[in-house]
Amino acid sequence: MGYFAGLIFVLAALWLGLSGIYKPLLLILAGISILISVVLASRLETVDREGSPYGRSIPILSYWAWLMVEIFKANWPVIKACVSANLNINPAFVRVKTRCESDLAKTIFANSITLTPGTVTVEVEGNKLLIHALFEEDATPDSFDEMDLRSYRAADGKREEELAA
Amino acid sequence: MTEIAAVAIIIAIGLTLVRALLGPTLYDRVLAVNSLGTKTVLFIGFLGFVLGRPDWLDIAVLYALINFVSTIAILKFFRYRSFQVPLHRRPVTKTPTEQGGDSV
Amino acid sequence: MSELLDILMFLKPWVGGILCVIGALLALIGSIGVLRFPDFFTRLHAASITDTSAVTLSLLGMAILAPNWLVVFKLAAIWLFIFLTSPTGSHALANAAHTAGLQPVLGRDLRRPDNREEEA
Repeated sequence: MGYFAGLIFVLAALWLGLSGIYKPLLLILAGISILISVVLASRLETVDREGSPYGRSIPILSYWAWLMVEIFKANWPVIKACVSANLNINPAFVRVKTRCESDLAKTIFANSITLTPGTVTVEVEGNKLLIHALFEEDATPDSFDEMDLRSYRAADGKREEELAA
Repeated sequence: MTEIAAVAIIIAIGLTLVRALLGPTLYDRVLAVNSLGTKTVLFIGFLGFVLGRPDWLDIAVLYALINFVSTIAILKFFRYRSFQVPLHRRPVTKTPTEQGGDSV
Repeated sequence: MSELLDILMFLKPWVGGILCVIGALLALIGSIGVLRFPDFFTRLHAASITDTSAVTLSLLGMAILAPNWLVVFKLAAIWLFIFLTSPTGSHALANAAHTAGLQPVLGRDLRRPDNREEEA
């Protein structure tokens, strides 16, 4: 039920923010469209921990703030490689193991790797990730360890308590 | 200032278009089209500010949505040769061709 | 206090405009990378510059220039949406190319793999 409440809240906030006109007729139409969206989402069976993870917004948002800094740091060598006269790159495939168990944590970890310029997740099998890196020397399995730990904490931390509650 | 930014984005779109036309493989072309869509979103935003009508951002939102769906649709079509195959959320044991008919 | 506000209002169009120009130039660098890099997998990295830093800086600059909060909300929605979908799209592309058997260029000397053309 909490997942439905979170989804309705987010959809209502999106509608109010995008519309900007708050007349009664439009608000009624907004209510109808939100209702249709929620019914469609529940028919698709996507309203669950993955489909509406708003209960964990605070850890995920703090993880996102850390990720932004990492993304801007990782942009610099790729920009240099783009404009340097001789392409100074060393592409390679790297295999990385992750400690994330739930699909949500794995998705966050793989998407973080893909968002960071210089590394792209090519394949996810179980708890192993195949990563294509632009610079082989920067992409050792240890260099992904901190991101792995942080995404695990953001999505799965204290998950046992959450399941028990 | 936004005029300079809009011109720079137009040049970037032109270069990406060259890659979309040259691109040796299908994936190069899809990548170029996807990247072109992101740049178009930025360009619509800049154009709205240049012409003093930031309401155009609604179109940019729509373009961002369509861009993602089109990329996934092209890739799905070239992988399964059909739009009717469900993209399963859990690992499936059946091959894609066997599950084609049962659900939409 | 009001002097500080005046200075900020004077700086606002300049800071926003410069951020927009930097973002657009990053998008330009990204497209140069997409043109120059030797194979599909490396081009993916160049495209991700456009998807991350160019989008962030441009939208930040537009948000500083924005006349009201509604526009800022729309910019934030675009930013959030691009940040959620672009890694998914990149991963789908990379996975599709890898599954189809596209061989990447590897190593510092950029060894060319013997790709068969019919896979493309």
